[in-house]
Amino acid sequence: MLLKDAPTRSDVRSPPADQPMVRMSEVSLKYGDMLALGDATLDIAEGEFVAVVGPSGCGKSTLMKLVTGLLPPTSGTIEFDRKIVDGPVRGAGMAFQNATLLPWRTTTDNVMLPLEIVAPYKHQTGKNRAALEAKVQSLLDLVGLGDFGDRLPWQLSGGMQQRANLCRAIVHEPKLLMLDEPFAALDAFTKEDLWQVLQDLWMRQRFTGILVTHDLREAVYLADTVYVMSNRPGRIVHRCPIPLSRPRRPETTFDPIYTDLVNDLRARIAAVRSVK
Amino acid sequence: MNKFITKSRAWIVALSLLVIWELSCQVFHIPEFILPAPSRIAEVTWQFRNELAMHSMQTLMTTIVGFLIAIVIGILLGVAVGSSPAIYDSLYPLLVDFNSIPKVAVVPLIVIWTGIGTVPAIVTAFVISFFPIVVNVATGLASVEPEMRDVLRILGATRYEMLRKVSLPRTLPYLFASLKVAITLAFIGSVVSETIASNYGIGFLMLSASSRFQVALVFSGVIIIAIMSIAMFALCVKVENRMVGWAYRSQPS
Repeated sequence: MLLKDAPTRSDVRSPPADQPMVRMSEVSLKYGDMLALGDATLDIAEGEFVAVVGPSGCGKSTLMKLVTGLLPPTSGTIEFDRKIVDGPVRGAGMAFQNATLLPWRTTTDNVMLPLEIVAPYKHQTGKNRAALEAKVQSLLDLVGLGDFGDRLPWQLSGGMQQRANLCRAIVHEPKLLMLDEPFAALDAFTKEDLWQVLQDLWMRQRFTGILVTHDLREAVYLADTVYVMSNRPGRIVHRCPIPLSRPRRPETTFDPIYTDLVNDLRARIAAVRSVK
Repeated sequence: MNKFITKSRAWIVALSLLVIWELSCQVFHIPEFILPAPSRIAEVTWQFRNELAMHSMQTLMTTIVGFLIAIVIGILLGVAVGSSPAIYDSLYPLLVDFNSIPKVAVVPLIVIWTGIGTVPAIVTAFVISFFPIVVNVATGLASVEPEMRDVLRILGATRYEMLRKVSLPRTLPYLFASLKVAITLAFIGSVVSETIASNYGIGFLMLSASSRFQVALVFSGVIIIAIMSIAMFALCVKVENRMVGWAYRSQPS
């Protein structure tokens, strides 16, 4: 079964931006003989927050690895920041469902890690450490971890670990933030708190964001544009701009526009899932 | 009081065994050259205290030197095997083969190559104790989460930065776990080598004492090796707690 308005590739492409931050042109990836991602074409503008949703196993995470250059595409080209991606891109931020905090570092030191590695900050960790620590502290304050800077990861709850993980992903002010189901393991209340936190961070730093998720409410709440992927082989079958104004608040989830968008996406996912 | 009993259970059992041993020797008139009584062992230990001290220091020295070499070589090999698939494929099967050889069988060869005395004891202690270190370091390096690797690659971290900031600290708990095994193995190595080819060390002392049927002195040697081995083990635990305490505090206090 197909939706009546099953999109062709041309109307999936977003309106041409002058200089998109990320541009994927007919990107495919094969693992051996198996096509994991087929002809993905999309543009993401600078500062745009995009969510990619789809049934599990549709290649959402693959898409993320392709954009960051962790995996080379089998065909097609990927541009990031006007340059062709041919290896791991430098200076992007990443966060996964697993917070992967280093257990021997305090929260502050964990968030500090990118600053010890990424270029302009790396050389300041000696003489300018106090300034960097202040930077980390202001970030921790923003996500509500202000008083937990000297705690070790095992002393933090799952939600707090994920807050620290978000801080670590953006502390070096990356142009691009990749999030792979970062809130999937959290309870509903913590999850909605963290949507708020993530939106606050995004509104402060205006990085380009790509969020991979299977939570449609999360996608609509956070994203400027939601892309729907089909079952394996993953293809981008629908592009859905989210016209909700910012900042979005918990009340937004009761807005009819919000609920309609979520229901529409749900119907589309149900449709692509039933296509075998 | 109950808590005191719980904590001292092991001591009570050990002391009871000693008392039973002592009484059995007295009651059944067991000859000293078969099983000396604990009191007799204590007496002989005191009588030969200077010789025992001299020989045990020799054993302790060879063990520690061999152990230190094993740590250095073990870490280097472990890092090489753990961080490069090519080295893993070419070296690891060889290491496993080597480890399955009983080291005691190799001691005569070591003696032929390195003479008698201190050097073969050090070499044997090293050869017998480095393998668990290699395996654990390699395993520790492999335990770094793939997500963490991706995060670091995207940050543009060099191989060295990955190793220093993430992989090596992550490996420390594995390293210390292996050190606790390796130190006891190192004692076995040095004592075995001393019994085969040396004029010094507890191993030599025990061998010559048993050939003269001074069985109580043999027991003194056994007890001193045990004490040294336990002390070194405890030292490893102490350093471990200081360095990688974070790995063992997984529940909130």
